[in-house]
Amino acid sequence: MTRFALPMAVFVALVAVLAIGIKHSPQKGVILSPLIGKPAPPFQLPSLADPAHAVSSQNLKGRWYVLNVWGTWCVECRAEHQMLIEARDAHAVPLIGLDWKDDDDRAREWLAQLGNPYEVVVLDHSGNTAVDYGVYGAPETFLINDQGIIVYKYVGPLTREVWTKEILARLPVHAAARL
Amino acid sequence: MLPELGQFALILALLLAGVQAFFGIAGPMLGRDRWIAVVSPAVAGQAVMVATAVGCLIASFVGNDFSVSYVAGNSNSALPLFYRVTALWGAHEGSLLLWILLLAGWTVAVAVGSARLPPRFAARVLGVLGVVSFGFLLFTLATSNPFLRLDPAMPDGRDLNPILQDPALAIHPPILYTGYVGFAVAFAFACAAMLEGRLDQTWARWTRPWTTAAWSFLTCGIALGSFWAYYELGWGGFWFWDPVENASFMPWLVGTALVHSLAVTEKRGLFKSWTLLLAILAFSLSMLGTFLVRSGVLVSVHSFAADPARGIFILAFLVIMIGGALTLYAWRAPLLKSSAGFDLGARESFLLFNNVLLITAATTVFAGTMAPLISDALGLGTVSVGPPYFNPTFLLSMLPLTALLSVGIHANWKRGRLKDSQRLLLITLVAAALIACGLVFGIYEHGHVLTPVGALLGVWILLSSFVEPIQRWLQGVRVPRGMLGMTIAHSGLGILVIALTTVQSFTREHDVALAPGGSTTLGSYQFRFDGVAPIEGPNYDGVGANVTVTRAGAPVAVLTPQKRQYWVQHQLTTETSIRMNHGNNILVALGEDLGAGRWSVRIQIRPLVSFIWLAALIMAIGGAVAASDRRYRTSRVTEAAVPGVTVGNSA
Repeated sequence: MTRFALPMAVFVALVAVLAIGIKHSPQKGVILSPLIGKPAPPFQLPSLADPAHAVSSQNLKGRWYVLNVWGTWCVECRAEHQMLIEARDAHAVPLIGLDWKDDDDRAREWLAQLGNPYEVVVLDHSGNTAVDYGVYGAPETFLINDQGIIVYKYVGPLTREVWTKEILARLPVHAAARL
Repeated sequence: MLPELGQFALILALLLAGVQAFFGIAGPMLGRDRWIAVVSPAVAGQAVMVATAVGCLIASFVGNDFSVSYVAGNSNSALPLFYRVTALWGAHEGSLLLWILLLAGWTVAVAVGSARLPPRFAARVLGVLGVVSFGFLLFTLATSNPFLRLDPAMPDGRDLNPILQDPALAIHPPILYTGYVGFAVAFAFACAAMLEGRLDQTWARWTRPWTTAAWSFLTCGIALGSFWAYYELGWGGFWFWDPVENASFMPWLVGTALVHSLAVTEKRGLFKSWTLLLAILAFSLSMLGTFLVRSGVLVSVHSFAADPARGIFILAFLVIMIGGALTLYAWRAPLLKSSAGFDLGARESFLLFNNVLLITAATTVFAGTMAPLISDALGLGTVSVGPPYFNPTFLLSMLPLTALLSVGIHANWKRGRLKDSQRLLLITLVAAALIACGLVFGIYEHGHVLTPVGALLGVWILLSSFVEPIQRWLQGVRVPRGMLGMTIAHSGLGILVIALTTVQSFTREHDVALAPGGSTTLGSYQFRFDGVAPIEGPNYDGVGANVTVTRAGAPVAVLTPQKRQYWVQHQLTTETSIRMNHGNNILVALGEDLGAGRWSVRIQIRPLVSFIWLAALIMAIGGAVAASDRRYRTSRVTEAAVPGVTVGNSA
């Protein structure tokens, strides 16, 4: 009899392993960037408002900001846009847009139509800056601290939950208190 | 409107599956024949409803209805029509729907084919299949509804994952799933036998054709997946021991053991409880495969859908199905007694070795696949298990298996007198050794230790598998389909072993940076890189290169590898270019743009690599031939089996 119950015992052990596997898997779903804890890669890129004027990452240093990688060709970016507008209106942290491999006119049209959540938008026509940041697919969002260090990275459209639990929660108290 | 109709059809299908499960299991238990009469109509109705749901989703894909979330996520108006249809199974929700459709198809086939079975037994089989179907339908409706709407609708879809836009991968999932799901039939037969508390040789005879058919589909499906990986992933390998590949390979190994163990149960009434256990295992591993691929527990290059909430549902479902079956097994299997015995040298012993070795192989693959999970669960950190583990451990059980096959194929049932066939055994062995030497040292000039061993074993299997049918043919005795199928499948295995040996021993690979006009030599071939030019497809653009291949000055082929950039997902894919020449597969893949017109180019020459997939196809054909044996279709009255009587000499 016990001989025939053996498969059952093995199965029970397997279920335990799988259950623990599921419990641990949410963290695995997040693509951790090796850049977290490292200085944000520097860039010097034209701004969308005035392509003749270049924005350097040096100008952004000294305060916390969110770098959002987007493009008009990216369908999820449209889904995320409303969330970005809400974030802008909350004034918790400035949003910097990195317009990735995009057409300038289309980008302007997009922002005119859907509203512009960004303090400044820089243009990455070649896609080289996105490569420096290890961008996997738009949209991607980086939280960078006042020392210019990448604190957090999120892949995919931002949700309200991610915004409050992951981004606002990481901001220093005085910034978050202004909500 | 169509998506709502589809969803409604799915809900009806769920209800009908419930009816099928309840009346199919409770009817025979309580002895109510009128309940049993409900089962077949429920099966038919469920199949119609599932087909309607699938039809609705396909129509949404074809009609570019981007208000359906699943369509918006996996299709695009620029996607060619063929891929808009196959995008149905391009992600999780649709794959599940495909699984359910195929299960409904198998169930209908069983319902039609079970006309010759005792009605109560048939009802139990259909009842168990109803439980499986109910579980998957509930899973789909609760966590993975493919008909969810988006408001507002997307202007255009996000496109099908570019690496899935390929003919081989488009037809790979349906064939693979047909195999996976086919083991549900063997599982249902096993559960029905345990519910009835009776298992005899007739049971094995009913179960065999279904199991063999499912095994054939699974063989084809795995081969197609390997073929796709070879030319689409761009690395030029054909097997990566990736968790998703392993997920399909484990049921195959156990299914192969089941096919052989069923032969013993049918012919000799032995291995009864073992056969039951294998039937449960084969389907459990199929479901586990779904779990591993879909739950995000194991991350791999193939898994394109991962969601822990779904994982919990699948795990609960696994506990109910597999746990239930194993409890039934612990309770009922001790009742099954085998009266007959056999000698050490009899065919039964060789099939026992076959089973032990196949299960050992499946266990090593299982251990390797699960090791990262187990180590994670025990808090030992993340480990990664790759080919350095899988190759030698797998070989460890496969070498004796292939060697014993050639011997066992000559053995008789019940009596172990190998003396009778000693001479034949020796003749085939010597002939195999001669051919293997010719192959290794004649055609190819070098190799490593395992090369002659592999070549010998492969050729030996090939020769041995033909001995029995040729003997019969010489004696003027008819060769039954079952034996013919076995011969074809075993010769396929022989070819596979030979092909794997030559590929592993004689592959040449070369990564080189080439400027336009530059050339390089690999083996006896010269490759001239003629530079790259822009290309444009229906939903992608990119660059294509021309590589002219010559052999001793004579032109062989112009290969055109490509790098594609798909517009919507901005994903780069590598399209290798492959040409056959004198049994060699010449593969060229474009690497990186090194600037100034220079590109890194990967060149591979793999001898006989196509024979790997050809061999798998031959094995699958063998299975199909064996499954179509007339023996399985004759009425049960004339085939009343007497335990312990040797029926024939074929397996």
